[in-house]
Order: sequence, then C-alpha cells, then structure tokens
Amino acid sequence: MANILGGITTSHVPAIGGAIAKGLQQQPYWKPFFDGYGPVQQWLGEVKPDVAVIFYNDHGLNFFLDKMPTFAVGAAPEYRNADEGWGIPTLPPFRGELDLSWHLIEHLVARDFDITTCQEMLVDHAITLPLKLFWPEGTCPVTIVPVCINTVQHPLPSARRCYALGQAVGEAIRSWDSDRRVVVVGTGGLSHQLDGPRAGFINKPFDLKFMDSMVNEPEWATQFSVHELVEKTGTQGIELLMWIAARGALSGPVRKVHSNYHIPISNTAAGLLALEAV
Amino acid sequence: MDRYPPIPGTTLFDGAQARKGYALNRMCFSFNEAANREAFRADEAGYMQRYGLNGEQARAIRERDVLGLLAEGGNVYYLAKFAGILGLDVQDLGSAQTGLSKDEFKAMLVRANEQPDTLAS
Repeated sequence: MANILGGITTSHVPAIGGAIAKGLQQQPYWKPFFDGYGPVQQWLGEVKPDVAVIFYNDHGLNFFLDKMPTFAVGAAPEYRNADEGWGIPTLPPFRGELDLSWHLIEHLVARDFDITTCQEMLVDHAITLPLKLFWPEGTCPVTIVPVCINTVQHPLPSARRCYALGQAVGEAIRSWDSDRRVVVVGTGGLSHQLDGPRAGFINKPFDLKFMDSMVNEPEWATQFSVHELVEKTGTQGIELLMWIAARGALSGPVRKVHSNYHIPISNTAAGLLALEAV
Repeated sequence: MDRYPPIPGTTLFDGAQARKGYALNRMCFSFNEAANREAFRADEAGYMQRYGLNGEQARAIRERDVLGLLAEGGNVYYLAKFAGILGLDVQDLGSAQTGLSKDEFKAMLVRANEQPDTLAS
C-alpha cells in the first residue's frame, strides 16, 4: 500500500514567482522567506517522494463563477499553468498520477463526499510556486494529484469539513495498491487580506497558534466557523483551510521537520511547515 | 447570509455580492487572456458594454475605484486581473483602499511584526 511520508504546508504568494525569475532570493526583503525552504528541500531530497497530493485554491484560472465546485479532484494526465492576468510564462506541464486520481475519486464518493472530477485542469500559482520552492532546480520530480477547495464564492466548506476531506484523502492514499511514496501538500495563507478597508490585515498571534496546533492538535482550528476564520485571518487568510485539509491526511504521530514564519511577503504573513509521519 | 456580525472593513463575497457583480466579474475573468486585455485597453467603453456592465460598475472601472468595484459586487480574485492591466500590485490596491500612501501601507505590513506572539486568551 502507498506510504504517506509526511505533509508540507506553505504560502503561495504570487510575488514569489517574480522574485525567483529575477533572482532576488538573497535580497534582504526575500532572504528570511527563501532561506526557510532549505531544510524542507533537504528533507525532500532524503525521503524522495514520487507523488504529491496537493490541496489548494484556484484563484480564477481554472474555474469561474459559472461553475464553481466546492471540492474538485484532478484526474488529468498532465496539468498546465496559464496566464492569470499578468503574462507569466507558461511552464512545462506537471505530470498527473491517474491511478491515484481515480482511486481518490472512488474512495471520496464512497465516503459520501460530493466532488467534482476534472479530466482537464489548469493549475495556477497555488500549485506552481510551492513546487518550485520545494524543487528549485530542474523539472518537478513528482507526479501530482490536485485537490481544489473553493475559497472564491461563499459559502465555503467548513474547516471541519475540510479536515474530514483530508482524512478521507489520507485513507484513500494509504489504501492505494501501490508502493509509491506520497507527500501531501497544502498551499495558501497565512493571514492576509487584499480587499476592503481592512486590506493589509495580519494576525501574527493567531497564525503562530495555528501553526503550533498543526503539529499535535490538528483539530484545534476546526472549532471555528469560516466567518470566524475570516474575521481572525483575513478574507484570503481563509486559505488555511488547505493546511487543515493536508493535515487531515496525516494519521498518527508526526514530527516537525521544519517551520518558518515571516511578515510580510507582499501583503501576506508567510508560513511554512513540514511534518514527517513517524 | 446576514446572520453573522459584520467583519470590520470587510465584505464577504457571498451570493448577494455575486448576484450584483456577475457581469463585472465575468469581464475581469476574461483578462486572463492577453488578447482580451489588449481589446479592453483599446476600447474600454466598448468592452464593458459587450460584457453588460451596469452604469455603476462602468463608472467604478473608469475611475479605477477599487472600493467602488467591491461595492458593486466585484470579487477580488477577478479584480486583481483588472489591476494587472493597470500595472498595479496588491500594495497599490491596499493603498487605494485604506487611504495610506503605498509606502505607509508597506510600513504598516512590516509593523505587524510587533504584534504579540501569543493569543490573548
């Protein structure tokens, strides 16, 4: 059966792409952020995953309001990125993992999750940038299964529900008849708000408590409603739902490999957490 | 939808906002494509008319009124693509929405480091 090596959760701020393209990683503004990924890259080099199941939110590339799924699972042979409005370069496609995609889909529906399945799917910066942060050189060495959670159109799924989704995804991976090595990823957050008079909102103590809870108290954040989480972390801070889902996929005890937290990257409190299943 | 207490300085993009802003959001979603961005630049009024924006939405676009666009049902993920056409980043948007200069807005972000490490309760 497939093995979940661990989980990595990370911010995915679009400005990261520009910083990488211009080689700004060691500049004073960026260094505290990029340096945080070294230990995670090292860990990935040691454990060598084959597949990444990635919980993320689409920001208006693959989905529009005309058809907006709450949960969408990618089942495409490959995933391409595309222009999100700023003319970013199109990257080489990411390879899919169709056997796992369909195994996840079968398991999730059997577990009464009403998901959307996508046999073609564009992936935005929420997928491309974390993969580049984890593997900065060369092509991405893992195949991917994207799991997209709606954060665009309220009502959003609850934190409790996202955690349960993660748990079901974890069960599915562990029951997958394969010897592939899998890492789960959650991208987005941490606290930030782009819109309204409260633009620029950051909540450092909540973020730090949240990151701490992710290690040994993963259901802590599920006590809050989406409304409460928006109030506490910002309209886009609600992306912490991806962290909660990814954590749900890890069963049993975990060891913290590394964490990093830095304010600000663009408008965002940037977080990073890598957990190893023990 | 209004069962919950309002969040300061925040409008949730719920069904009410979506119903108001559909045409505006649909237009801004089209800005994913470079050709569409070019067409908009070449003839803003014509482009807005093709997407059926109402008078208030068109005014807010013409005046680059970010708070006005949100009030008219714009969703920030799509409005960001409009901001991209204008060459504005999210600190520019933050400055426009808070009344701070861009430098003041960026300084405010950095000052968030002074918040406590632990929650009050």
